[in-house]
Amino acid sequence: MRKRLNKIIHSHGFASFLASVASIGIGLIFGFVLLLCFKSSQSITGLGHLLFAGFSTPEKFAKVLYQAAPLIMTGLSVGFAFKTGLFNIGAVGQYIIGTFFALYAGIILQCPWWAAMLAAMLGGAIWGAIPGLCKAFFNVNEVITSIMFNWIGLFTVNLMIPNLPAILDKGVSNRTANLDATNASAIIPKWGLDKLLGSTYMNISILLSILIAVIIFIILNKTTFGYELKACGLNKNASIYAGISAKRNIVLSMVIAGGLSGLGGGIYYLSGTAQFTITKILPAMGFNGIPVALLAASNPVGTIFSALFISYIQVGGEAMQPEFAKEIVDIIIAVIIYLSAFSLLMKGLIMRILNWKRAKRLAAESEEVTK
Amino acid sequence: MIVFADIMSAAILFAIPLLIVALGGMFSERSGTINIALEGIMIIGALFSCLYLDSVAKSGWGEKHAQLAMLLAILVAGAAGIIYALLLAIASVSLKADQTIGGTALNMFAPAFAIVLSWAVQGQGQTTINIPTWIRITQETFGFHASAHPGFFEALVFKSLYLTTPIALIILGLTVFLIYKTKFGLRLRSCGEHPQAADSVGINVYKFRYIGVGISGMLGGIGGLAFTTAAGSGFQATVAGYGFFALAVMIFGNWKPMRIFGAALFFALFKVIGAYTGSLAFLPDFSGIKSADNIYQMLPYVVTMIVLIFTSGKSRAPKAEGIPYDKGTR
Repeated sequence: MRKRLNKIIHSHGFASFLASVASIGIGLIFGFVLLLCFKSSQSITGLGHLLFAGFSTPEKFAKVLYQAAPLIMTGLSVGFAFKTGLFNIGAVGQYIIGTFFALYAGIILQCPWWAAMLAAMLGGAIWGAIPGLCKAFFNVNEVITSIMFNWIGLFTVNLMIPNLPAILDKGVSNRTANLDATNASAIIPKWGLDKLLGSTYMNISILLSILIAVIIFIILNKTTFGYELKACGLNKNASIYAGISAKRNIVLSMVIAGGLSGLGGGIYYLSGTAQFTITKILPAMGFNGIPVALLAASNPVGTIFSALFISYIQVGGEAMQPEFAKEIVDIIIAVIIYLSAFSLLMKGLIMRILNWKRAKRLAAESEEVTK
Repeated sequence: MIVFADIMSAAILFAIPLLIVALGGMFSERSGTINIALEGIMIIGALFSCLYLDSVAKSGWGEKHAQLAMLLAILVAGAAGIIYALLLAIASVSLKADQTIGGTALNMFAPAFAIVLSWAVQGQGQTTINIPTWIRITQETFGFHASAHPGFFEALVFKSLYLTTPIALIILGLTVFLIYKTKFGLRLRSCGEHPQAADSVGINVYKFRYIGVGISGMLGGIGGLAFTTAAGSGFQATVAGYGFFALAVMIFGNWKPMRIFGAALFFALFKVIGAYTGSLAFLPDFSGIKSADNIYQMLPYVVTMIVLIFTSGKSRAPKAEGIPYDKGTR
């Protein structure tokens, strides 16, 4: 048993876990220092809210889970593209288009929830396919296409919604109808989770997201297709030489990444508690997929935890208001990501500390034996 | 004709921040470091320069020395940008971390920090930092009076002229000279193409990458101020995605200064046209469609994409960009 424990402690995985924990710790300390600088008298209460609000009531915890589900999806999307060597900065656009498709299917076509989710996935996949196709066939950098199509997506949705009277809420021209009133079957089922946590926010979306994360993990790590995708990401030329079609994989990777982001939009707006309102700015939920993926080092299972963490700390940030700006949470997340950029360095350091102790103990043991 | 002058002047006004920031991005990428943090750098530059302008406006000194105050604000923006960009350089050059990760972190940090700091300076909930109106260059700045009915030329030049515009054009000239005509430029470019070869002839790759990122920080910061003056409603802890557009303009301009200039003008022109649909008779007004303004807002992005699809076949990024340089690898 102890041997096994030792093996775990000295593994690379454990070291990277410790490195992440250390980054998070430093980020939180940085946040606390900021609180001290701006309003030292209330800094302890503020920190308390930040750290414990997510667990304070079942309702707050439900909100953590509710926001984590779409974050897992957008995080998976960015991470999946990363694995193929692509930077999917377009998760936001795919998220918006996914939302629109889901609401169109749910409200206008009166589809059940699972069909609306599939529609969301289709919308996101189309929006993801465009940068993929442009990259594969016209050599257009996927970052620039994604950025352009984020805005094109936003304006398209802003154009479509006012022109579809059936999708609108009564008497307004910028908000979609309440699903409860128009098509209750399009709301994601709750399976009693709402009663368990006493919150209308709660539905099975978190379970679905976790399931999808596991599926993505299996695709990436246990299938030939996943192997080819990763090979393309690691060395495009070598994989072409080995007979892998790089173009096909670029397009497929973006299609899947887009589908995941689109599904994130569907999950959020098919909950029955959120109504899509036209905005002129890109929604943060899509952009936050990037930090989620980075914090998880693009690992699909890690994405679940990093999304939960970011959602948790955001709920904490909201609880800090009005004494403090909730943006302090973004600062903390930024610091954590900045530190995770040198995770390799930290990992090396932690490995050295662990191994140094081990070497010392081994030396002591061998000394005892010789005695 | 006045309408065309207005459109041209508005297009130039919006092209200027794109131009400066895209040139900044070019310096960084030509040295081999992807600078995705331009958005954040713009925000930090705009934040500190606007705070500076606000403080000299309140003390009354600024109005008496308007253009000197603006020049100092530009310096403040550049300095803030450099310091902020150094954070990227430390992570991605010295510590060899992933460049997109560091950049994303800086992008996330900047707007949040801007809100927190402007609350701390101006009081709770006060996110907007007002920009004084006297920074605009008018006829009076040169000592003569504005005519009651401005002609084409006057409308073109003086409708919305800020000190950032001439400075941006000087920066463009300097960039062309620096990149193509000097030893420094050649060395900088070599670090972005083949750092190992550069190192083998005694060029300090790390130093050049620090300089590249530093210049991009300076230009990014100035671009942030230029954007905020162009937007005209004060600093609101955002530059509305212009850092990312600048990145697109840089790629569109194929990492070459004059092409970047053209790309910035092109993009800005299409961006401005939408605002003038009412006064341009030949543009369709889509009267049967609700919220048709979205069509025009979409236009610059769609047109850019179409042009990119047709022109990108030969587009080529600096070869070594995005790869941290490690002396030990070959």
